[in-house]
Amino acid sequence: MAEPDRFPPATPAGGQTKADRWRRQREREDRAARWAAVCFLVAIVAALSLFAVYVSGGQVQLEGLALFVAFAGVGLGIAIWVRVIVGHEEVIEERYPMRSDDAEREAFEELYEATLGEAGVGGRRRFLVRLLTGAGASLGLALLIPIRSLGPGPENDLFRTEWDAGARVVDAEGEPLRAEDISPDQVVTVFPEGATGSADSQAILVGLRTDVETDLRQPTVDGIVVYSKICTHAGCPVGLYRAAVGELLCPCHQSTFGVYNGAVVLSGPAGRPLPQLPIALDDDGYLVALGDFVEPVGPSFWNMTRGGGS
Amino acid sequence: MTTTDEPRHRSALDDVARWLDDRLRLAEGSRRYWRKAFPAHWSFLIGEVALFSLVVLLFTGTFLAFFYVPDTRLVVYDGPYVPLQGQEISAAFDSTLRLSFEVRGGLVMRQIHHWAALVFVAAITVHMLRVFFTGAFRRPRELNWVIGVLLLLLAFGAGFTGYSLPDDLLSGTGLRIGYSVLLGIPFVGPLIGFIGLGGEYPGTDVLGRLHILHVMLLPAGLIGLVTAHLVILVRQKHTQKPSRKATNDNVVGEPLFPHQTLTSLALFAFTIAVLALLGGLFEINPVWLYGPYEPFQVFAPAQPDWYMGWLEGMLRLWPNWEFTVLGLTIPSTFLPGVILPGLIFTVVGAWPWIDARWITKDHDEHHLLQRPRDVPLRTGIGVGGLVFLLSIFIAGGNDVLASNTSTGLQTITAILRVATIAVPFLIGWIAYRMARGLKENELAVTAADPTRTEPASGPPR
Repeated sequence: MAEPDRFPPATPAGGQTKADRWRRQREREDRAARWAAVCFLVAIVAALSLFAVYVSGGQVQLEGLALFVAFAGVGLGIAIWVRVIVGHEEVIEERYPMRSDDAEREAFEELYEATLGEAGVGGRRRFLVRLLTGAGASLGLALLIPIRSLGPGPENDLFRTEWDAGARVVDAEGEPLRAEDISPDQVVTVFPEGATGSADSQAILVGLRTDVETDLRQPTVDGIVVYSKICTHAGCPVGLYRAAVGELLCPCHQSTFGVYNGAVVLSGPAGRPLPQLPIALDDDGYLVALGDFVEPVGPSFWNMTRGGGS
Repeated sequence: MTTTDEPRHRSALDDVARWLDDRLRLAEGSRRYWRKAFPAHWSFLIGEVALFSLVVLLFTGTFLAFFYVPDTRLVVYDGPYVPLQGQEISAAFDSTLRLSFEVRGGLVMRQIHHWAALVFVAAITVHMLRVFFTGAFRRPRELNWVIGVLLLLLAFGAGFTGYSLPDDLLSGTGLRIGYSVLLGIPFVGPLIGFIGLGGEYPGTDVLGRLHILHVMLLPAGLIGLVTAHLVILVRQKHTQKPSRKATNDNVVGEPLFPHQTLTSLALFAFTIAVLALLGGLFEINPVWLYGPYEPFQVFAPAQPDWYMGWLEGMLRLWPNWEFTVLGLTIPSTFLPGVILPGLIFTVVGAWPWIDARWITKDHDEHHLLQRPRDVPLRTGIGVGGLVFLLSIFIAGGNDVLASNTSTGLQTITAILRVATIAVPFLIGWIAYRMARGLKENELAVTAADPTRTEPASGPPR
């Protein structure tokens, strides 16, 4: 046949005498043993050099290299040993179907019936089994108690932040901000005074250019908007501002929000705008919040439109 | 070995063995397993690489745990890394820096640990592909397939909890995303989130809890399931490629001792060698460059460990669909973050049953491996699924792709959206056609010459 056989028979030995083959094999094994010995020696040297590196203060690259050489030496030595010196050997194990023999199965089934019947479980004491099962299930349910103790429920926490009517707008250092300090295209990460660094109250203040039309949903101070800085998609801080196009960009999954249009989603996977903070100026000219965000900040959740106190 | 009649010299080891056998009756069992047959093919060793990576993870991880402090309380950094000196950072981040810069051998251990985690998941994945495309999951091995899928899930969990521990800016961002997806679980999401963190995000308990999960519960689960995986493997014996000698009723291979033992030892040494080289020379997760986690800070591009890439990609690729129905909001992360991964893992876990019911319509016991061509439909679906995962994995780096190709991000995302839907079908169909062509060609040759061997699926039982 032109097609090569998938399982060709082993080719018979060539025209060598038995003694020839034996001698050649011996030479091969001796050579392999020498190489394996070299590998193990290299491994010993590398392992010892690890001590030297350690004692002299440690160095990450040298430690990695020494470990590599040591283990590669051991591995290569063993590989030569098993492939050449030990050589190939084949064993054949019998295999039986996994299923037990019919006789074996039946014998066990009988035993099972007999012992269960004897214990009174199979018959009229079945109600005892049911009650025991019920006790087990109840205790299993009681396992939920320690799990529940791990933390409070969400209560209203997802519906409110630290922002409150009259809270001054401060930067990350806690410094209150005046409207006239903000120049167009400037962005500042802001917090309510007294809650600097707060995860759920973080907001981003953007200085608007006066020559661009705005479409905002909350009362604000001319030329300034403040939005929640938590992405409504997966909660990353919306940290990048592309002033030229007036877009806030979330670096995690690239949702973009238009700051001149109430932070509506322009592109990307976010499902709703960033909530806008209603702001005004107090008597001293500082920026203050008129209240909390009117909708939950951050990623959406199923009962978010039901109002607080779920 | 000599064959003289003289009694062998009795070494101390002999004495110990006899002492043990006197008490535990070990000779019989040892004799039985000493020559257990291990079919020799390189592809059977991939699972061993995963096992050895796990061993490396346990050893290096124990070392790291002696130094790590799972505490978010702030301390002033006064270590040798100049850019952070005097800065207030969490005790967890501080302990990670101390481990990296001040503990001798600490950095190499940390980096080997992280590299070993990446190799661990990679080896599991490749092992799984081998098992899938050769039909090794078929009856009676469905149980071990499911255990394998659970192991992969635990490996994901161990990886995620692990890289969240240093409390650096990247890990905090990953945690924030994970928490946000959790919030999207219907109704109980917020409750689970609050219970998990001990309060509203970020909470103060999260590191301690992640730590216990990472160093106790998940390793216990991994070790338990690996043990079950191996016990079942020994009980059911190995699968093998069909040959003149290897049939459905035997196992042909090299004996456990000395061949397989030495081969595995060599592979163990090679695995450690490669991980040490990676850990020593290739910097991984340089948390000092990311800086400490602040909930209001982030950097770009932020990329998770490779095995999280497909989940990340799905979040990036999914359209911004968010509906409010009957006063209930379906968050935009719900379908790509909760439903889709759940669906994928369910289908993968149930594959042995899907395969037997609809693909091969074969519920018999099999111990001989198939070649991908033997079941074209399975091969086509497998290749298609793989291309799908690869495509959303690429989408996980859409920002990197955009900045490296100077193509607009939205263009890249649009292309990837189309590609994710179309290309898997196309490549899957090509794989299916190729497998079918090869199979039909082979059947034609066999028909022309009946003396040839049977196709590889082996005789039905």
